[in-house]
Amino acid sequence: MATRPILPEATGQTMLVVPGMHCAGCMGKVEQALGELPGVTGARANLTARSVTVTHASSLDDHALVLALEAAGFEAKPRRELPERHLSAARPLLAPLAVAGFAAMNVMLLSVSVWSGAEGSTRSMFEWISTLIAIPAVIYAGRPFFASAWKAVRRGTTNMDVPISIGVILATGLSFYEVIAGGGHAWFDGALMLLTFLLAGRVLDAMMRDRARAGVDALLGQAARGATVLREGGKLEWLDAAALSPGMTMRVPAGERLAADGTIVTGASRFDQSLLTGESAPVPAQQGDTVLAGTLNLDAPVDVRVSHAGQDTALAEIARLMEASTQDRSKYVRIADRAARLYAPVVHTLAAATVIGWLLAGASLYKALVIGVAVLIITCPCALGLAVPVAQVVASGALMRAGIMVKDGSALERLAATDRALFDKTGTLTMGEALPDPAVLDALPADAAEIALALASHSKHPLSRALARELAARGHKAATLTDVREEAGFGVFAVHDGARVAVRRPESAAGTAVALDISGRPTQLIPCADRLRPDTAAALERLRAMGVTSSIISGDNVGAVRDVARATGLTAQAAATPLDKQQVITSLRHNGAHVLMVGDGLNDGPALATASVSMAPGAASEVGLQASDLVFMQDTLLSVPRAVGAARSTMRIVKQNFALAIAYNLIAVPLAIAGLVTPLIAAAAMSLSSLIVVGNSLRLVRAAK
Amino acid sequence: MTVLAFLIPVALGLGLLGLAAFFWALRNGQFDDPDGSAARILLDEEDEA
Repeated sequence: MATRPILPEATGQTMLVVPGMHCAGCMGKVEQALGELPGVTGARANLTARSVTVTHASSLDDHALVLALEAAGFEAKPRRELPERHLSAARPLLAPLAVAGFAAMNVMLLSVSVWSGAEGSTRSMFEWISTLIAIPAVIYAGRPFFASAWKAVRRGTTNMDVPISIGVILATGLSFYEVIAGGGHAWFDGALMLLTFLLAGRVLDAMMRDRARAGVDALLGQAARGATVLREGGKLEWLDAAALSPGMTMRVPAGERLAADGTIVTGASRFDQSLLTGESAPVPAQQGDTVLAGTLNLDAPVDVRVSHAGQDTALAEIARLMEASTQDRSKYVRIADRAARLYAPVVHTLAAATVIGWLLAGASLYKALVIGVAVLIITCPCALGLAVPVAQVVASGALMRAGIMVKDGSALERLAATDRALFDKTGTLTMGEALPDPAVLDALPADAAEIALALASHSKHPLSRALARELAARGHKAATLTDVREEAGFGVFAVHDGARVAVRRPESAAGTAVALDISGRPTQLIPCADRLRPDTAAALERLRAMGVTSSIISGDNVGAVRDVARATGLTAQAAATPLDKQQVITSLRHNGAHVLMVGDGLNDGPALATASVSMAPGAASEVGLQASDLVFMQDTLLSVPRAVGAARSTMRIVKQNFALAIAYNLIAVPLAIAGLVTPLIAAAAMSLSSLIVVGNSLRLVRAAK
Repeated sequence: MTVLAFLIPVALGLGLLGLAAFFWALRNGQFDDPDGSAARILLDEEDEA
């Protein structure tokens, strides 16, 4: 962190999202670039959240910070206020885990002394120390379980936390009574160990979810944008999207996305609406035409008078459609809670029957109660409570290493059941942007490629950017140019070794292409097209082998969809509106299908929210990223079958874990009912069953292969 | 057995010390950026020396 003398001016703090920061070197460069800026007093990068917090003089605005980072080679966007649910899920569980762990270890130590034969006053002192440690610890560390159980009970349902809470509270209460009465059965160690194991499982689960969310949030932060607003008197000012209001005039350079709906007042250009409608062909618009927020200005700078900004844009209808379907999905009951619904009544009936049985057999009320509690503790769902989260943590970790983020805890469960997949076309089956033909690029002579790279790197036009990226990826270096000048909407012109060179729009506009001029040589035409993602055929074949029927549903025109349908061999529906997509999924689901929707655009938002489970590529629109359960970062479409495969392995392991837990209960419960279980046996049995379940779940480490 | 009167408070005290240290670290934001903390050791910060 670079430090500077503190300036007398007022200071402000800004948080910027820097998605491209992924190593120590990047972190250093980001902090240095910002620290060197006059007015900046401090910059601290957070690698986990891919963000940097800057303390600076209030005279410095966000845009200057973004420009400084851009000069250092990092794309950055100011971070918007994120809703509260994005706060870390793991943080609030860390303190209870620490307390439970501390208390469990100390109480266990004292219990071991008791088991190994401490007698008389020593024993009673040990038990009292255990009590003093355990009761506050159980109250503090058990709160996450008690709160969740209480919420379920109040709604008249039950979840996994109900039997856990009942077991822990009864065990603690009975142990307290035993210590006062001088009996011999203090179960504090068992109750605390149970809490420690379960909290550890939940912390791991929450950490994994936090990391996935941080990755997606970094992408979302990047999507937050603003516009350069033309003020009276010709002054230009950068405003955040939230600060735009109707009546303002924005100047939108080529290669930038619109931050609000509006009407063009000067200029003409073509706009890429693929995120909005799925339409892949650019739409021309000129003075007086309406353009929509989220579309990409392709050719020339235009001035746009804002008509709707923020929440009033054309996306409002899509947002409304999505709201309704998200509620529908929250009705899904997770497998652990379904298991608890069967498990809790059985265990509680069994414990009650044991108490009554012993009473009928002539035991004292006290003895019957002790045995009843032993049944509850020995069946305490330690293994059951770990069965699902541990398997999901290991599988999510494996998927994350393969570039697939699991955003939602129940997503793997829903994904495993998938038997029908619907794919959006533009941006999902295809890359979603026009890319230069690789065969033509490979055939370019090296010197021509170097000139083209140099020219393309001077322009922000999407085609230039793609061209520069592809050429650089082929190992070409940029040639030296002089007199570089970009003519918006036409191309980049320059001089190389005395020869006039240019990368420009071709005269005849048959499809999308770039023309490369080098004086003295014939013009080289580089055709550009939106290509299928790599491995599309292999991915669809693997899905078919898994018993998943795939088809295409796209908002694009019939011709474009037909080409892709032919290339992939899938059936397709073209020109589908967001409502059409939603209705298709609803009717499929009514017929009992478990639908996986894979899509990226704003127009896929309602469909993504309606489907049983949904996936989006990392380049998806903000709405797509938010509505989907899983996000895949790599280009390859193989991520989809990989995720489905991993989800199915996870459910297989979860079911095995349940079977193991039940097998353990079949042995332990009869012993408990017979009154043969001591606190020592309970502690050993509980640890053993938990270790077996964890060990079995670790087999998922390679699930994402 | 008088040694117990000495050893048990010591054992508990050490445990509590560890717990207090953990809470201190939690409050001081040491768990805010685990990836960054791991990478930060690789940075040369000569200008700050």
